[in-house]
Amino acid sequence: MSAEASPWVELEGVCKSFRRGGETLSVLEGLALRVHRGEFFALMGPSGSGKSTLLHLIAGLDRPDAGRIRVGGVEITELSETELTAWRARNVGFVFQFYHLIPVLTALENVELPLLLTGLGRRRRRAHAELALELVGLSDRRDHTPARLSGGQQQRVAIARALVTDPPLVVADEPTGDLDRAAAGEILDLLEGLAAGLGKTILLVTHDPRAARRAHTVRVLDKGALIDARETLDPECR
Amino acid sequence: MLAKLWIRNAARHPLRTALTLVAVGVAILAFGLLGTLVEAWHAGVAAASANRLVVRHGISLTFSLPLAYREKIRGLEAVRAITHMTWFGGFFRERKNFFANFAVEAPTFFEHYPEYRLSEAERAAFLRDRRGCVVGRALAERFGWKVGDAVPLQGTIYPGVWTFTVRGIYTGRDRGTDENQFFFHWDILNERLLERMPPRANRVGIFVIEVRRAEDAPEAAIAVDALFRSSPAETRTETERAFQMGFVSMSAAILAAIRVVSLVIVVILLAVVANTMIMSVRERMREYAVLKTLGFGPGFLTALILGESIALCAAGGALGTAALYPALEILERSLGAYFPAVEPAPETLLLGGLACLVVGALAAAFPVRAVLSTPIVQALGRVG
Repeated sequence: MSAEASPWVELEGVCKSFRRGGETLSVLEGLALRVHRGEFFALMGPSGSGKSTLLHLIAGLDRPDAGRIRVGGVEITELSETELTAWRARNVGFVFQFYHLIPVLTALENVELPLLLTGLGRRRRRAHAELALELVGLSDRRDHTPARLSGGQQQRVAIARALVTDPPLVVADEPTGDLDRAAAGEILDLLEGLAAGLGKTILLVTHDPRAARRAHTVRVLDKGALIDARETLDPECR
Repeated sequence: MLAKLWIRNAARHPLRTALTLVAVGVAILAFGLLGTLVEAWHAGVAAASANRLVVRHGISLTFSLPLAYREKIRGLEAVRAITHMTWFGGFFRERKNFFANFAVEAPTFFEHYPEYRLSEAERAAFLRDRRGCVVGRALAERFGWKVGDAVPLQGTIYPGVWTFTVRGIYTGRDRGTDENQFFFHWDILNERLLERMPPRANRVGIFVIEVRRAEDAPEAAIAVDALFRSSPAETRTETERAFQMGFVSMSAAILAAIRVVSLVIVVILLAVVANTMIMSVRERMREYAVLKTLGFGPGFLTALILGESIALCAAGGALGTAALYPALEILERSLGAYFPAVEPAPETLLLGGLACLVVGALAAAFPVRAVLSTPIVQALGRVG
């Protein structure tokens, strides 16, 4: 990662507000952000500060009220809904706090799911999914449904699902929020490895300073604005 | 993967799915039973011959025609043969033992009706015995009658007890041929009328004409009616199909009611399946949001929900159709005396299948719309 290289994720003047009970709640106000390719970027902040909203906007799950979002050279705010859906499938891997695996599918089938959109044949899809499961150390659980996996194992399957299409960007929304310390450590190791070993850009939203400590860059979102994490992070976690 | 998801999603709540399947199955069973009943009502029309014309009294079927008309009608060029039959209206032992019974012109009757299959020996025995009768196979089975048995009929239109000897048991040529009828010699009836009620003698209920060519039937009908215009007993001649249709028309209100009930059943079916699909999809809204997040578009999501809904309806429909056959057997045992053939017509089965497809598609419409219109972020349940 080079500080001089052009940013891979770039936000300028992004505004986002929500209407709740007749009131307009402004979450992001003219926000600017730059994240470079291969960077492990952590975003912290109090509940309701807009962390997840920001993540959703960068991942193309939601649209800003104003401002520009450019990811990998693509102005995603200008894409139509269909284009945005296709862009997401090619460019973004998602890891959620509560894993969000499809409960009726096995671990392998869950990982294989995004590959249905790639046009690969069944055999090649299987091979790719098996490889991704192997990468997260769950080959022996391939035929288990999510209900038969622990939280940590489910999150590893979710990471395998996020990786299987080889997207350049992985967004993780509180991926350790529902896990014990040991399992959380394993998940963070994996995310760290994705950035370091595979050159993925990782955007991590977390409440956990220990998780944030693994990132190359940590920013805190507070009252709609980004501030340097060093002002708020526990010294122990820096 | 799509088929796997349909089946596994449908099997997610076994009790809910089982109850929905039973509901769909019962609805399709009821739909099939009612449809078959309507078909059975029309069986006589379907079995009617294109070559046969029925001549009846111009005012009403309850009025009889002079026997003397026979020779005049026979004289028409288009007429190849003629016979007659008279509704007797008797019952066996008790009124509930109702069946169709006719006094017929024995020597010619079975020649007119080749669909009533009778062996040569039985036909000869019937012709020899003026107190003989011929009964349908289903009727004989119903009352346990065998050839040689004496059968007393209690007359209603023609009072008294009339005892006949079974000389033959006919079988139907086709599945739709009525095997619940009873035929005896008109001569016997006429003789007794000559003795006791002379004004009612030498009259018949209807003449049945066989025309040389089916295409001559309309002109032959006009010619017959022209023969007796301005006479004390004007005639009304129509094809056998139209004649049978007249009976069906008498029950038009009942048939219309049955059709309305069938439609109501389809609406209930729609409500049941739609309710199941709405509940299922609402529970899985977050999963659909995840699929959208992964890049699956409206086409895949629509196919996922639509396929599950149709699969549910198809499985329930198959269940109902499988149950239809044993149910019809039971129905045939109780209604066989009234309907010659109680079996589902291909159209009824096709309509049932079509109803399943349409209901499956309509039931999925609302959940599909809800899934497609709910923003991903909202469905994921995380804002902030």
